[in-house]
Amino acid sequence: MKELLTGNEAIARGAYESGVRVAAAYPGTPSTEIMENFVRYPGVYAQWSPNEKVALEVGLGAAIAGARTLVAMKHVGVNVAADPLFTLAYTGINAGLVLVSADDPGMHSSQNEQDNRNYARFAKIPVLEPSNSRECREMVGLALEISEQFDTPVMLRTTTRVAHSQSFVEPVEARDVEVRPYIKNPQKYVMVPAHARGRHVIVEERRRKLQEYADTCPANRTEWGDKGIGVITCGIVYEYVKEIVPGASVLKLGLTYPLPEKLIRDFAAQVKELYVIEELEPFLEEQVRLMGIEVTGKKLFPRVGEISQRMIAEKLLSVTEYKNLVQDAVLAAGVEPERDVPVPVRPPVMCPGCPHRGVFYVLSQLKMTVLGDIGCYTLGALPPLEAMDTCICMGASVGSALGVEKAHPEMHGKVVSVIGDSTFLHSGITGLLDIAYNKGTTTTIILDNSTTAMTGHQDHPATGRTLKKEPTNQVDLAGLAKALGIKRVVAADPFDLDKLKDIIREEAEAREPSVIIVKRPCALLLKERSVPCTVEAETCINCKKCMKLGCPALTAGEHAVTVNAALCTGCGLCVQLCPTGTLKREGDVVG
Amino acid sequence: MDNNKVMNIFIVGVGGQGTILASRILSYLGQQEGYDVKVSEIHGMAQRGGSVVTQVRMGKIVHSPLIAEGQADIILAFERLEALRWMHYLKKGGVMIINDQAIEPVPVLMGLQEYPANIVERIRRKVPDTIAIDALALARKCGNDKASNVVLMGVLARKMGFAKEKCMQALVAKVPAKFLELNKCAFEEGWNIQV
Repeated sequence: MKELLTGNEAIARGAYESGVRVAAAYPGTPSTEIMENFVRYPGVYAQWSPNEKVALEVGLGAAIAGARTLVAMKHVGVNVAADPLFTLAYTGINAGLVLVSADDPGMHSSQNEQDNRNYARFAKIPVLEPSNSRECREMVGLALEISEQFDTPVMLRTTTRVAHSQSFVEPVEARDVEVRPYIKNPQKYVMVPAHARGRHVIVEERRRKLQEYADTCPANRTEWGDKGIGVITCGIVYEYVKEIVPGASVLKLGLTYPLPEKLIRDFAAQVKELYVIEELEPFLEEQVRLMGIEVTGKKLFPRVGEISQRMIAEKLLSVTEYKNLVQDAVLAAGVEPERDVPVPVRPPVMCPGCPHRGVFYVLSQLKMTVLGDIGCYTLGALPPLEAMDTCICMGASVGSALGVEKAHPEMHGKVVSVIGDSTFLHSGITGLLDIAYNKGTTTTIILDNSTTAMTGHQDHPATGRTLKKEPTNQVDLAGLAKALGIKRVVAADPFDLDKLKDIIREEAEAREPSVIIVKRPCALLLKERSVPCTVEAETCINCKKCMKLGCPALTAGEHAVTVNAALCTGCGLCVQLCPTGTLKREGDVVG
Repeated sequence: MDNNKVMNIFIVGVGGQGTILASRILSYLGQQEGYDVKVSEIHGMAQRGGSVVTQVRMGKIVHSPLIAEGQADIILAFERLEALRWMHYLKKGGVMIINDQAIEPVPVLMGLQEYPANIVERIRRKVPDTIAIDALALARKCGNDKASNVVLMGVLARKMGFAKEKCMQALVAKVPAKFLELNKCAFEEGWNIQV
């Protein structure tokens, strides 16, 4: 019975069917649902790790010990995991290991759009690129086979459109794959220089063998059509190509490193016009050129953002002699967009009752320089709060606040970093240790909403629950900060604006480092709401002070502000800003 | 549906409105008809009250999960400003189904931008086949505002020519049992809209 699955669900399914026993990940769009789905299968072990580096280390331990293993992360997570990855490429594995890298061309939910296929070439490991859910499922199994046959970790690279699109998959029964015995082998697994030198030679031999294998790999195939146009492509772009030039010849690459040289040469020799169509970097194109084959790629298609069906039709029509092969119906004009009135934007916003809102309101009032981080709270950078100066990568806020302070000592008292609980545990701890060690005085504000909210509420080491929702040990953030050498550790309530303001001012001005833990659960996790706030139209002076919160439950009217009772959670921030007391909250506050 | 044609349904709304359930019901219906089906959703940052888009394609063979601009046969809009925002994705002669509800985006709430007036009329000028309904009120008749997504599904399913009996089976398959009666009622309300 075929099922409609997302790429992520299909990867989980494929891993289960192929006998994966151990899996680890840190949540990150567009990879998160892989682990959430995989953990539901019987007889498997799966976990959230504090970050991607640890996830890969757990994975490599399991694979070296003898269990088939899956590790999943978003593209920037591989940056974090790069250290173990590059040396794991030397040691190889015992049982198969697949590293899923979920890339995000177009940056739907990411801070950059790096092309992680370059990691495969850099680390000298194979990379597979599925085009749809069926291939996601199949390629997990293929990746494990390649991993075991060539003794190497294998990357499975998806993109947002593959990870989050649904297409049909035909699931099969799970194979019973024995966990292999662990065999001690220091020459292979202890990478001291003397051993590593020998392993590097093996890595190069492996690379050559993989290159030969690529020509027979079932993931690569030539689909002959009209030989006027030949397209080399991979991933989601293959689906666009099949739609726009269904009659052309296509070399569909599933294994995109190393490349099948014979297949490519044979294909190139037989087609009149040769194109490489791929998103982001000219990864295939450069390798094809290195074979001495002239090809049109990034001269025509952008390195930036996603490719679309329409773009392929337009670009090909602009150069090809075989215009009849291009389905130009996709270029037909649709309904004219509205031009008579401006269409207001609808940016993502902090939810009504979000515990982050009050913190950013206070920071903007205090005119602080705010080193930001990755999470829902990055929305604090947007109007009307606009209380964030930087956002670089997971954990960067903490260390960068120290850098600002060292560059501009006179900014003391005006610099803080903000970081979520999950992000702090991911990679903020070492930054805080650096502040304590190097005599920083900056204030680190931990926005503790007791979950990993942005990616859809995953547990982490401070929630007291595992991926399977089982109770577990719970790290104490205050105790952790103290153990790192921070003496001033203060708790604060994000719904008490005056007190929060006093605390932030006092801690920022202190001549020693401090941590403020601002704690309230994510508004989306609250089971019960308090009574919504109310406003009396007659007594509202329409000063709009409350509107500075950017709360979706408040509407600025011509004469008065109104509260949308269906959205309001009764957090009461607006009540605290109301100078006339016409905004009121009656009833008890939950929390 | 024409045998070789791919049917493109573009579903737009505001994060949290239940567009995902609508696409699940729709894709299930497509699967029951024996079509190839592909669905594309965006997760993550876009979900926090932002504009959300779900694309459903069905036909004999579907390659891309994405609908190109100007190629949607039907736009199902859960909110009228979103209908206006994405109107150019509709092909000429396409069908627009609008839940005539306004959810003001933050720049409007703050008084920085204006929520356009007469949206349905503006759309109807360019899209003669526009169906605007108050799905919220119809869902409320069944006892819960949240079922407005299934009211809209009722309108869409009839417009697409699905058999009502199969739609009911789809509801059984895709809706939690305890909300089934509510959603059946909501679906009926949508189905019975005269279009």
